[in-house]
Amino acid sequence: MLRKVWLVVIFWLLPLIVISQEVPPFDKVQIDRTDLASLQRGAHTYMNYCAGCHSLKYVRYNTMAQDIGIVNSQGQILDALVKQTLLFTGDKLTATIETAMPADLAANWFGKAPPDLSLVARSRGNDWLYNYLRGFYPDPKRPWGVNNYVFPDVAMPDVLEHLQQTLSVAAYNTAMADLVNFLDYIAEPHKLERERLGVWVLIFLGIFLIFTVLLKKEYWKDVH
Amino acid sequence: MKSILEKNSFQPKDPKPCQNLMGTYLEASFNWVNDRFPVLDMWNQHIAKYYAPKNFNIWYIFGSLALLILVNQLITGIWLTMNYQPSAESAFASVEYIMRDVPYGWLLRYMHSTGASFFFIVVYLHMFRGLLYGSYRKPRELVWLIGMMIFLCLMAEAFLGYLLPWGNMSFWGAQVITSLFGAIPWVGDMLLEWMRGDYTISSVTLNRFFALHVIAVPLMFVGLVVFHILALHEVGSNNPDGVEIKDKLNEAGVPLDGIPFHPYYTVKDLMWVAVFLIIFCAVVFFAPEMGGYFLEAANFEPADALKTPEHIAPVWYMTPYYAILRAIPNKLGGVIAMFSAIAVFFFLPWLDRSPVKSIRYKGILYKIALGLFVICFVLLGYLGTKQPTPMSTIITQVASVVYFGFFVLMPWYSRIDKTKPVPERIS
Repeated sequence: MLRKVWLVVIFWLLPLIVISQEVPPFDKVQIDRTDLASLQRGAHTYMNYCAGCHSLKYVRYNTMAQDIGIVNSQGQILDALVKQTLLFTGDKLTATIETAMPADLAANWFGKAPPDLSLVARSRGNDWLYNYLRGFYPDPKRPWGVNNYVFPDVAMPDVLEHLQQTLSVAAYNTAMADLVNFLDYIAEPHKLERERLGVWVLIFLGIFLIFTVLLKKEYWKDVH
Repeated sequence: MKSILEKNSFQPKDPKPCQNLMGTYLEASFNWVNDRFPVLDMWNQHIAKYYAPKNFNIWYIFGSLALLILVNQLITGIWLTMNYQPSAESAFASVEYIMRDVPYGWLLRYMHSTGASFFFIVVYLHMFRGLLYGSYRKPRELVWLIGMMIFLCLMAEAFLGYLLPWGNMSFWGAQVITSLFGAIPWVGDMLLEWMRGDYTISSVTLNRFFALHVIAVPLMFVGLVVFHILALHEVGSNNPDGVEIKDKLNEAGVPLDGIPFHPYYTVKDLMWVAVFLIIFCAVVFFAPEMGGYFLEAANFEPADALKTPEHIAPVWYMTPYYAILRAIPNKLGGVIAMFSAIAVFFFLPWLDRSPVKSIRYKGILYKIALGLFVICFVLLGYLGTKQPTPMSTIITQVASVVYFGFFVLMPWYSRIDKTKPVPERIS
């Protein structure tokens, strides 16, 4: 019986043989989605440095504020605080996070309109983002005087230069990890809920399995 | 065995009077329906008195599991359709709406996307079972052929559904695969335009793919599954020994080595369903992207006709055929080889000339051939996900030759293979 179980496990896992990805030589980013302070710092960095050009058009301000814990003890969103620190466009709290920059003009200025970043953490990956954000270097041959190790000939100027100059290396790395954490949240807001629910589902199925094994044994006693 | 049978058989016309009013009404209602529709007959014919060989092993659970996933895909699909919008302007956004704003929309979507990959895992294992025990042999040729038609439906369904999220890989994948039909001489370009409804993949294509994905193919799919099961129950199930249990009956006409599907295989399948659901849910809840193999990273960017992904590859379950396509330097030749790789399965019942069905009694030649076939299939699948290099192209070509060799040489090696004697009955 046990041998059979192992056999089936092995056969189920056969496709995993294929799943062996090459890992790029990136620095790994350490993020904690349950760390609300980190998410809030990330949101603050994003809204101040990124949101001018990059929308998060599938996310609403109020959903984001709720999820990253900008709420009072009753769980109500602190409207004034959100408007003061995160919402700079004059939009309503229920609006999606858009940029004020017209896309056609942006395409003229940069050669390409800055993309929406709602899903960038899933299309690029967290480690890519972390290294990209720390990968700018001076390059006089480029229109903005900067280039990027991770994304060669990137069209984006180094908007984080100010942060990089004022913060220590360690503090800058932490700030970027917070920003990646925030983008990871933005890319899949229900990830924590998914994992929390998954634990209960698996516990239920584990108990269900015990009963089905006992049921099967009881019935099969008389098959010879 | 008798006692359990009696305890569990459906006996609505119990002579004992029902004690309570509710029971009387239920029984009366059942009888009313049963007098007008063969509920009891169908239940008995396909479940309670369908005699299956008693020696089914682990390989015999995948049919039931495939049915389970079909139901999962149908149900989650219906609910996804309620919030999905099939147009180039709003498809991608509507999927994100499902993922973010629809309550438990993320769960429905992950169950559907994970279900697609698991459907292929289960169906590939189900087909491999056929190769192991000769389930396609006489008298089950039609069961196999209908099954292969279901497999075609599954591939069509997966291909059509993959366009719907309107991600960049959806777009370019569909672009590449539809363009294959353009390789057909004379009518290629016309055919291409007719399929896409446009000169390129566009909103028109998305709309028709949606129609085909949610109505046309599922209808055929469900119909074929019914035919598959009816055909199977007509001839009876094969088993790991490849012995026909219908050859040895008792006085009542019941196969000596058969046991009723219900309750024996219903409870056994239920147990394996629990195991399956644990694995399935582990993926749904903890790794829905499966490292980029179930949900590809490039598909989290919306479709962009001006931005080709760095590396276009279909989802893992199509890659063996994609590798065969790429193995041939000529486009038309590649397309023919790719479709032949699937078509050749249809001929299996007539290619196998072995006097025995099951691998247990087949000789070393078949075991080597099947082993090589599996290795090459997995290898092709793996290389199909990667960028081709000169070395990998050569490996792919060799693996493709072995793949076809398994089928083409089967009439020869299965005939000269040294087989073992098959027992009269299941031991």
